[in-house]
Amino acid sequence: MNATQFAAPPRIQHLHMQGIVKRFPGVLAVDNVDFEVKAGEIHALLGENGAGKSTLMKILYGLYQQDEGQVLINGQPTEIRSPSDSIRQGIGMIHQHFMLVPSLTVAANVALGVKSSRGWRLDLDVVSRRLEELSLQYNLKVNPNTPVWQLAVGEQQRVEILRALYKNAALLILDEPTAVLTPQEVDDLFRVLNKMTKDGHALIFISHKLHEVLAISDRVTVLRDGRRVDTIPTEGATKLSLAEMMVGRPVVLEYKKLPLQAASDRLVLQDVSALSDRGDAGLNGVSLSVRGGEIVGLAGVSGNGQRELAEVIAGLRPATSGGILIGGIETRGKSPSVINQLGLGYIPEERMIDGAVKEFTVSENFILQDHGRQPYVRGGIFMKFRTIENACREAIKQYEIKTPGTDTPLKSLSGGNIQKLILARELSRNPKVLVAAQPTRGVDIGATEYIHQRLLAERDQGMAILLISEDLDEIMALSDRVAVMYEGRIVGVVDRDAVTVRQIGAMMAGSSLEMVE
Amino acid sequence: MPSHSQRLLQNILNRLLDMVPTLLALVLAFLVASILLFALGADPGTAINSMLQGAFGTENATAETLVKATPILFVAIGISIAFRGGVINIGGEGQMIAGAVAGVTTALVLKDAPAIITIPMSLVMGFISGAFYGGIAGFLRAYFGVNEILSTIMLNQVAVQLMNYLLNNPLLDPAELGTNHIPKTARILAEHQLPRLTINLPEVLVSIFGHADLFAKTRLHYGLIIAIVLAILTYILLWRTTIGYRIRAVGQNERAARYAGINVKRQMMLSLVLAGGFAGLAGVVQVLGLQYRLQTDGSPAGFTASAGFNGIVAALFGGLNPIGAIPASAFFGGLLVGAQKMQRDLGVPAALITAINGLIVVFVVSSQIFTQRRQRRRANIAVATVDMPEADEPVQPVLEEVV
Repeated sequence: MNATQFAAPPRIQHLHMQGIVKRFPGVLAVDNVDFEVKAGEIHALLGENGAGKSTLMKILYGLYQQDEGQVLINGQPTEIRSPSDSIRQGIGMIHQHFMLVPSLTVAANVALGVKSSRGWRLDLDVVSRRLEELSLQYNLKVNPNTPVWQLAVGEQQRVEILRALYKNAALLILDEPTAVLTPQEVDDLFRVLNKMTKDGHALIFISHKLHEVLAISDRVTVLRDGRRVDTIPTEGATKLSLAEMMVGRPVVLEYKKLPLQAASDRLVLQDVSALSDRGDAGLNGVSLSVRGGEIVGLAGVSGNGQRELAEVIAGLRPATSGGILIGGIETRGKSPSVINQLGLGYIPEERMIDGAVKEFTVSENFILQDHGRQPYVRGGIFMKFRTIENACREAIKQYEIKTPGTDTPLKSLSGGNIQKLILARELSRNPKVLVAAQPTRGVDIGATEYIHQRLLAERDQGMAILLISEDLDEIMALSDRVAVMYEGRIVGVVDRDAVTVRQIGAMMAGSSLEMVE
Repeated sequence: MPSHSQRLLQNILNRLLDMVPTLLALVLAFLVASILLFALGADPGTAINSMLQGAFGTENATAETLVKATPILFVAIGISIAFRGGVINIGGEGQMIAGAVAGVTTALVLKDAPAIITIPMSLVMGFISGAFYGGIAGFLRAYFGVNEILSTIMLNQVAVQLMNYLLNNPLLDPAELGTNHIPKTARILAEHQLPRLTINLPEVLVSIFGHADLFAKTRLHYGLIIAIVLAILTYILLWRTTIGYRIRAVGQNERAARYAGINVKRQMMLSLVLAGGFAGLAGVVQVLGLQYRLQTDGSPAGFTASAGFNGIVAALFGGLNPIGAIPASAFFGGLLVGAQKMQRDLGVPAALITAINGLIVVFVVSSQIFTQRRQRRRANIAVATVDMPEADEPVQPVLEEVV
């Protein structure tokens, strides 16, 4: 038995999306965009959040229908009404958030939604054998019989790619595929992608990381505000030129950083342990300190205890042992409200779940922690709306937050503006210590830069900042020292200037500092 | 830039347009109801006319509608708080009974005290008792994770049986038993009853109504005024105070509320305590204003007439806003009273009335989706059209890859 159990879809030599328009209520998401991709090339789709890349690709994958325009495959107009249509046409998509059932094995996940070769009986052994062939062919090492929950993120991505290959995808859409990978895993992925193009696959690579686009793609299409800015060969393009196309304005490439003026320890963790949500050891004897006037970057692959660490500091997760000092005061066991008062600012990783109330207005969100404190209350319980609004309006102006007003529901703001509001709220509270978890995830270039500049400015003013990020570029650009987490432990803490991305990448995979050196 | 008055006009227009789906839903519900009526051989036109007449056709009909609306409104206020706080209270029936039992006992115990003491004390005891009863479910939910939907429903049964026991034993007034074998308490003294409500009309309106004292000869009582005042106060509580802020924060997003330093468990319990308190008031007002004694035929809805459940629907009708609950409760009261007349006039089975009420609820609640969609769209347009000054200097760097 082999892959011919599917009617082999026609090879995609050339795919052309012509004059695509997509409107959402009140928003023109994609405005007359032309996009084409050929077999054997990697075509990068570049743009900021909200530029329309995801919408365009969801149209191609059949998740949305375009309002105008058409899709031509090998010159033939083709209607794609659903993902199953697109799969039949040989289009596969690797989503940013993997679409895998954790409790099922790799083979079972691949078999989902595919007709069995034995009619109503499962053919998992057949699937496994074919998967082994494919993983050998493309050097995608995965055991078909392992349950998916046991796999690391990078391996889960390989399963997604294998699944697309199993379904004979000739064209693969990769939506921000490197967002969750270590630098080494990115290299592995790129090798696989290059192999695939040699075999005649067409690849669309969605990203906003310029160096990756430059490293892997043959051509780049840049989208901005739903329109196509241009399509250019990657050769000859530079980061600067791409960035300017993305933003539509001249850009500057580096931050000026003042020399470190570190004061005494503001945040101290001594041998802190805590449980994860699953009940196993999420944090395992973590010791770390952050001084006033410095940014300590906490690097690590997602799920290695960073989230638990931030929550323990904020008092949202109990520490099972160890000590936490903020400004010299023991905070372990204290409530989040008390810890707030002691001078902790916290930008949580999942800002829409933990850091803000979507249905609340902008100004209601601005006073989340301080709603019951002066100067916002009168007579014990009555909120002083005039005062709240003025403070919020001030922050909107100062932080350039794009919102129709202070009484707009937060959920209608863009991700970058919500993050700016949260940043404004946390900084306006004048914390001694700021824990910033993934502060620029999903935020556009302009807002990212703004947030970074703000964090650096606060550092220069003497704030102690713990920057938790999966984006190594961000860690390297802002930090004075870098701590690396692996499996709930700090593998090492190093000076930013004494270490390379490569070394940090190795530590993220669990190597100790000594091994790296 | 549109002027202030233009924006205000736009706002009012939007609010009115938001009501269109609801009105259409009502029309649709009546259309489907017409088919049912038609199938039963009744003329839909006559039926609906009879319903309208029964609900609002005469002064007395309107008064009866408002009398029915009063306990529904009390419950709906509480339900609005609970749902805003993210807890579902199905225990209005039991909490009403708890309030009524405590209220009537207080009124009977304090029968020698002046009205200025007895009436407020009865109301307060009714509130506290209902609050305590709701608080049981709240405590179990907050601290032991017991599903409050289940616990409040179960506590309804407990309350009914407790009331039946009390009415047959310590609270029973033997002198009253003889008349129709329905157990009941002694009658509350006339001066301890809530006064009847009469509205003195201004000169201009007298000619329309024919007399100056509107509702003079009806059963309408001051409970309605208390309920409306409390609805307004509750609106202020929910949207103008830190208490309401916390309740709503917990209801919308528990995790963010915890992040904000709010004691989530305490707020959950508070939501159910307040919801129970308002249902308790519904019970005690029913006794002090209308029945003047606690009596029941022993069935689950014997005392409450299902106001504890109808209040939930009225709260949803009112958009979980205590002010919105005022017209919603009146609408529901009208539906109940009008249905009785329709039943008398046309001789259609009582079950049909329940079915029609259900239809209206389903249609109107479903229509909310369209209203919400419109509102969301408006918000999107507002965001898309914000103009922000562009920064003039080039300050948009891109992160350098650092190796």
